[in-house]
Amino acid sequence: MVGLGAGDSADTDMVLNIGPQHPSTHGVLRLRLRMQGERITAAEPVVGYMHRGAEKLFEARDYRQIVVLANRHDWLSAFSNELGVVHAVETMLGMEVPVRAVWLRTLLAELNRVLNHLMFLGSYPLELGGMTPVFYAFREREELQAVMEEVSGGRMHYMFNRVGGLKEDLPAGWTRRAAAAVAAVRSRMGVFDDLVLGNEIFRARTRGVGVLPRETAQAYGVSGPVARASGLDFDLRRDEPYLAYGELADVLRVAVRQEGDCLARFECLLEQTHNALELAEACLGRLAELPPGPVNQRLPKVLKAPEGHVYTWTENPLGLNGYHLVSRGEKTPWRLKLRSASFNNVQALTELLPGCLVADMVAILGSLFFVVGDIDK
Amino acid sequence: MSRPARVGALSRLAPDPVKLVLNWGRRYSLWVFNFGLACCAIEFIATSMARHDFIRLGVIPFAPGPRQADLMVVSGTVTDKMAPAVKRLYEQMPEPKYVISFGACANCGGPYWDSYSVTKGVDQIIPVDVYVPGCPPRPEALLQGILKLQEKIARESLGERYADGGADGSGRPDGPDAPGRPDGPDAGALRRGLVRP
Repeated sequence: MVGLGAGDSADTDMVLNIGPQHPSTHGVLRLRLRMQGERITAAEPVVGYMHRGAEKLFEARDYRQIVVLANRHDWLSAFSNELGVVHAVETMLGMEVPVRAVWLRTLLAELNRVLNHLMFLGSYPLELGGMTPVFYAFREREELQAVMEEVSGGRMHYMFNRVGGLKEDLPAGWTRRAAAAVAAVRSRMGVFDDLVLGNEIFRARTRGVGVLPRETAQAYGVSGPVARASGLDFDLRRDEPYLAYGELADVLRVAVRQEGDCLARFECLLEQTHNALELAEACLGRLAELPPGPVNQRLPKVLKAPEGHVYTWTENPLGLNGYHLVSRGEKTPWRLKLRSASFNNVQALTELLPGCLVADMVAILGSLFFVVGDIDK
Repeated sequence: MSRPARVGALSRLAPDPVKLVLNWGRRYSLWVFNFGLACCAIEFIATSMARHDFIRLGVIPFAPGPRQADLMVVSGTVTDKMAPAVKRLYEQMPEPKYVISFGACANCGGPYWDSYSVTKGVDQIIPVDVYVPGCPPRPEALLQGILKLQEKIARESLGERYADGGADGSGRPDGPDAPGRPDGPDAGALRRGLVRP
């Protein structure tokens, strides 16, 4: 943290630079704050410290290789990112995915959602000064990561999606172990309700802090749990079902709050985690009933998408994730534009931070649930 | 203006038995500064949590900042925009200091090897002691990297490490013009903005 300019008296503006390497930004987001005393008068997120040029690299990779880069921009929701890419290519090709693969994808996407949310359920209290919850969060993460690793070979970056399905079928006995892991995590999720949400200090630090009005959220294109905490009742899993979510309508609950403060955002995230575990359980139930069948399709040696363009979007753990794929009939895309949730969510900081005390900045920053790679791409 | 990196006369001229004790102390209290940049930072955090728990190896993740740290773990993609900050924070660390490059991106650019904005390896800007391969590496791989570093510390002699007056602290025979050789911190560097236009 480096202070620039003079800031001796209360009525002199001070420019305060946070980041790019600062613990509370969990990553390399940089903020330029203009301060009057302890109050923030203007805030500007400076992005780009994690810009890796993924969109340009997509143009030099074929459709199988793109998945590698796609699951790395938002490193906490790798599976959902892969899904977006293969979904776009499949739509382009008009390809049908086998039923078994659809249910498996839904299951793994929900498990990935839980993994993502657990990270924030742990790190957010940590930023507010509570050390303990993050240890519980990582205990659950390790449990679920073991299951994901068994099926895909990766702890974070799964590389399990292929155009037309999945890489391979499940290992023998996996469903039983996955069900046990989900049940175990579900049984312990109460820790976050009691230890974090029920904590007096936590509630005092977050209630009424950083209120994001519904209109502002809409204007900035905020999505995901952050938007739903501001009363924007929109979830692609319910409103434009993809994968098997259409058949899971009775299990899927969309957590919505009207307050728009940090507490509401955390509540939405927590409720969504509970629900994602229920969805995973429902998927496991359905998978057990499904007859054995293929999980992928035979692909040609060189996979080419036909000429044209398509836009697909998915409900990623952090919000809407969109892929605009333009193809000129070659084996690499001509352009693959990525719309990531965190980029839009973080822009709302320019509206959220002014008027707040600098001590609340960390609470607000953490409650926007962003991943820096997802901002900078 | 550059000043050679130095350690005190006690460390430099200490007789072997004392060196042994000093190295023993140094290898088991590595206050670590996590330069968390990308995916690998999550695996770094996982390593610090209860299941893998690198505190049992004497790696202490509570350094308030680079000025209080002995070990920097660069975990993730270093971009050209970020590189000056990495170098600057490295220069703020007191001697003797060690660097672990954690993950393919920090080692060589990894899957972003042909990107226009990614630094192809953190060793282009700061000297690295141990490279941990993987994308991202498993927590066990970081533990192995820490053990390797501790072996290296046990064997080393600070007098030799800083023998040529301006050594970069990595123990590598770098010439004065070798890339990645940090200059000692000077007042100008501390006043400079993070990214020069």
